[in-house]
Amino acid sequence: MTPAIEIKHLTKKIRSGFLMKEVMALSDLNLSIPPGTAFGFLGPNGAGKTTTIKLLTGLSFPTSGEALIFGRPVSDISVRMKIGFLPERPYFYDYLSGTEYLHFCGELFGMTRAARNKKITKLIELVGLKEKAGEQLRKYSKGMLQRIGLAQALINDPELIILDEPMSGLDPMGRKQVRDIILHLKGQGKTVFFSTHVLSDAEMICDQVGIIVQGSLQSVGDLETLLSPKTCSIEVSIKGVSESALSLFKPMASSTKIADEGYVLRIDDAGILPKLLALLQAEKVQIVSIIPHRETLEDIFMEEIRGRQS
Amino acid sequence: MMRGMNAGVSAIKAIAINTFKEAVRNKILYNLIFFAVLMMAVSLVLDQATIGQRNKIIKDFGLASINLFGVIIAIVVGISLVYKEIEKRTIHPLLAKPVRRSSFLFGKYLGILLTLVIEILLMSFFFFLLVWLYEGGFDSYLLIAILMIFVELSVIAAVAIFFSSFSTPVLSGMFTFSVYVIGHLTSFLKDFGASSGSAIIKQFTHFLYYVLPNLERFNLKTHAVYHLPIEIGQLLFSILYGLLYIMIVMLFAVLCFERRDFK
Repeated sequence: MTPAIEIKHLTKKIRSGFLMKEVMALSDLNLSIPPGTAFGFLGPNGAGKTTTIKLLTGLSFPTSGEALIFGRPVSDISVRMKIGFLPERPYFYDYLSGTEYLHFCGELFGMTRAARNKKITKLIELVGLKEKAGEQLRKYSKGMLQRIGLAQALINDPELIILDEPMSGLDPMGRKQVRDIILHLKGQGKTVFFSTHVLSDAEMICDQVGIIVQGSLQSVGDLETLLSPKTCSIEVSIKGVSESALSLFKPMASSTKIADEGYVLRIDDAGILPKLLALLQAEKVQIVSIIPHRETLEDIFMEEIRGRQS
Repeated sequence: MMRGMNAGVSAIKAIAINTFKEAVRNKILYNLIFFAVLMMAVSLVLDQATIGQRNKIIKDFGLASINLFGVIIAIVVGISLVYKEIEKRTIHPLLAKPVRRSSFLFGKYLGILLTLVIEILLMSFFFFLLVWLYEGGFDSYLLIAILMIFVELSVIAAVAIFFSSFSTPVLSGMFTFSVYVIGHLTSFLKDFGASSGSAIIKQFTHFLYYVLPNLERFNLKTHAVYHLPIEIGQLLFSILYGLLYIMIVMLFAVLCFERRDFK
């Protein structure tokens, strides 16, 4: 099956600063994303996420390498009939109303007025802007702009939706609304490629993630594989234990900290949990809770960055 | 193929109308009020002058004002509207759609022309009304002068778009204004170069003469006011010259814009 996005040895050097020093913004990026995937492109600020997206959407040109969308080079303008794009911190013509802006976008695709009317009514409904659609965009909040941005990205019923930091700067309510829309698109079988530096967003939405640090891709994979092998530290909270009894358990734990009326023991090896629990029971210690901690995307993320820096 | 072409035309049209809307909604046409007030003030002041002189001065001043207001709009709108798209990144979602960069520039250009047409029509309406009030008739010579002012403004707008396709608004403004000023002096510069005796100066002034637009070609204001004969062949040639100049400048603008990376 033709990948939705195929990136081959994509490299971008940018000249910046007063002396026009050359900076490597993206280095030999290779990536293949099958259709129907929700792909999270993760990385800290300045890692090269937006650079990649700009190369995919034809806003800038690679120094070397190429990017294909549904098998065709991004420079082929017809490819863009299949793409929907929401830029980072989007800013639209603030003198237009939401509906006017969507009509404008529809016209850029050569849609007839009837087709636009039909589509826009649906989209306004989807992004929950029915009451505000007639107002000028300058009166929109950040969250509303983001949602009208999503609507414009979907005007052509795209097969691939590229979203650059779609949740940045939004309050929890706004994040949820945007997340729900993305999940809705995913449910429709669309390919969603979105960048974020907020890992929980990716965890909730993505099938696959790619981690990019300082312009180069560190790891790619589905979330389960990236997370599962490294999971498990366990926190055992206990109560009613004497200092002397504590010294019996302490060597088994990787760390011990004082909590409300008791202690929290952290063990890194799940294998020793039964032994610890037996010992606790024998000493008649009250077990308050046992919480396993899976490794989060955040841990992987920090590890990659640390590895890169060292 | 046809669909692609239709989408291209539809995109240019949409961008042009949107550009016009931006100019109108950002109250750019408000300067018309200033034009009207200025014209009325001048006509009141001139009320004391003899009739023959007064009418000529009103015509002269009216045409000069239409020209000046038009030039300001062409430069300000031409430069700011393209730059704003880039600076505020409103161009990003646009170019990610099936819109060629050349279509974007042509759409912007046509939008600016539409703004200029409306501006000139409204100013002319007021101007003709004033002339009619004083003279009791319609002077078709003035219409030709205004048509040529429009051709001149179209050239200036294209130059403004060209500079703003790769430069900042302040620089583009300065460059375009310089082209406007020198454009009215090219014949003079050429003669100056020829009589200077220096080969370098001669070459330089010749270079300016051929590269910069000869805007004096479009200046028929004196002809219109004093009803001097206007050769139709010359008129058509000037219009053709303007069109050709616009096409070449726009071609260069597209070339600069095509390979630009957007921040």
